[in-house]
Amino acid sequence: MPGRTKAQADASSQDADMQDVPPSGQDEINQDAEMRENAEAEEEEEEEEVEPQRLPGSTDTAASFEFTDEGHTLGNALRYVIMKNPDVEFCAYSIPHPSEPKMNIRIQTYDGTAVNALKKGLSDLQDVCDVVAEEFWTKRQQFNSEQGIDR
Amino acid sequence: MAPSAEELLRRNTVGINKETVSNVASTDFPGHFPGEDHAFSIERFRSAFSVQFHRNELNDASFSLIGIDASLANAFRRILIAEIPTLAIEDVYIENNTSVIQDEVLAHRLGLIPFNGGRDGIHNFLKWYKKPEAGEDPYANSFDWNTVRLELNVTCTVNPDAAPNENDPLKAYNHAHVYAKDIVFVPTGRQVEYFSGDNAIVPVNPDILIAKLRPKQTINLAMHMHKGIGADHSKFSPVATASYRLLPLIHITKPIIGADAEKFQRCFPQGVIGLEKVTREEASKSGSGYEGHAGEYKAVVKDSMKDTVSREALRHPEFEGKVKLGRRRDHFIFSIESTGQWDSDELFLEAVKHLKLKCKKLEQQVINMVQ
Repeated sequence: MPGRTKAQADASSQDADMQDVPPSGQDEINQDAEMRENAEAEEEEEEEEVEPQRLPGSTDTAASFEFTDEGHTLGNALRYVIMKNPDVEFCAYSIPHPSEPKMNIRIQTYDGTAVNALKKGLSDLQDVCDVVAEEFWTKRQQFNSEQGIDR
Repeated sequence: MAPSAEELLRRNTVGINKETVSNVASTDFPGHFPGEDHAFSIERFRSAFSVQFHRNELNDASFSLIGIDASLANAFRRILIAEIPTLAIEDVYIENNTSVIQDEVLAHRLGLIPFNGGRDGIHNFLKWYKKPEAGEDPYANSFDWNTVRLELNVTCTVNPDAAPNENDPLKAYNHAHVYAKDIVFVPTGRQVEYFSGDNAIVPVNPDILIAKLRPKQTINLAMHMHKGIGADHSKFSPVATASYRLLPLIHITKPIIGADAEKFQRCFPQGVIGLEKVTREEASKSGSGYEGHAGEYKAVVKDSMKDTVSREALRHPEFEGKVKLGRRRDHFIFSIESTGQWDSDELFLEAVKHLKLKCKKLEQQVINMVQ
């Protein structure tokens, strides 16, 4: 089982059943008090950014991930590139509630792990950005020189 | 097994019918068409993708992204509107305001004024501002590298030179109108290096009306500008509009000739449909639909990009079965109007960079998660 963040590890070291846990993978607020007693843990929490979390009930080939502070912008784009992966059986994203800054992505694979599919999706998306930026800049320079735009 | 060109066109066309739309969703996924490879490959994307520029001015750029999926084009559009940082008035400290416009309304109006200044200073020197906690000194986090100070101090007075029966307040009084150009930039610390001379922080449009005054009324206030993003407040959005539309397609399936052709032309915006004379050659070909119409006008599609897809042509029975309307699924005509703090073309590039950076950060975090 891939580990979660260190901060969560002391709260629950094992994956729980889906029914037993709150719908969100993020720490509950009341765990903050516990954290404050543990100075080391607090330091770690401050350094680390909130990572995408694997939600409870996930297996290696079928997992849900929770992203904090992401929305439709990344969700839909990432869903598209992950669906383009032939090893992926199913991929979808959702924003469970509009007033919570959370976005969930569900990935089920035929082959390989869901985490790897997510990783490949993120790296493919970066490649797409490179190609778009490069082509955009070439065509912009071309257009500007044709039109005599000096900038 | 490669699909035919006709089949590819069909897949690439969103149908626009009289009352419905059809073929709306993308189908370029592995497993959707048996025997076809739709797996993502950056080489394939690179060869299919292209950009066409239509217009490139500072405050208005238009270009087409061709060969990209809606989910990606939409991500760029959304980032343009909500995630590119700009500098805007965030705090207003009102010393005195005896005008008829209330403090909070005045502060809101000031916040919405777009400003411009030295690009290097705005993009690189200025950093994020963190709001102090409750109880902390309210200026604890204000430094030259995250706060820009502006002042506005105007008092309306009677103009002694005006004619005694002058009715126009602009002539009868001094400072009857308070404009954006009355705002004074006060550089602090290292801001002098980045924002002096032509690089000073000034409103993009000096003639924005902020308030109207009458003699003895005063507005005296100071403002702090911070960096922010459109997701927090639309005053931080770097664009007036950032939108795209799909390329309209008009397919004339059967000849439209004579008076019908002229009527057909009037169903579309100017320049979309042209009229051409039917040639002798076409008229002599049997089964072409032009037989015996040599010299008459026929309707041809001249520039479908100008079309607004009003569907007017579909309302008339004489064109039934003769025309098909649609939109090209992977041809996005972007239009970006900057509010002035960025150049419009530079903004799009920034959006692409932003999406990449976001993915890069998350990828690293996913790698950490596995370990």
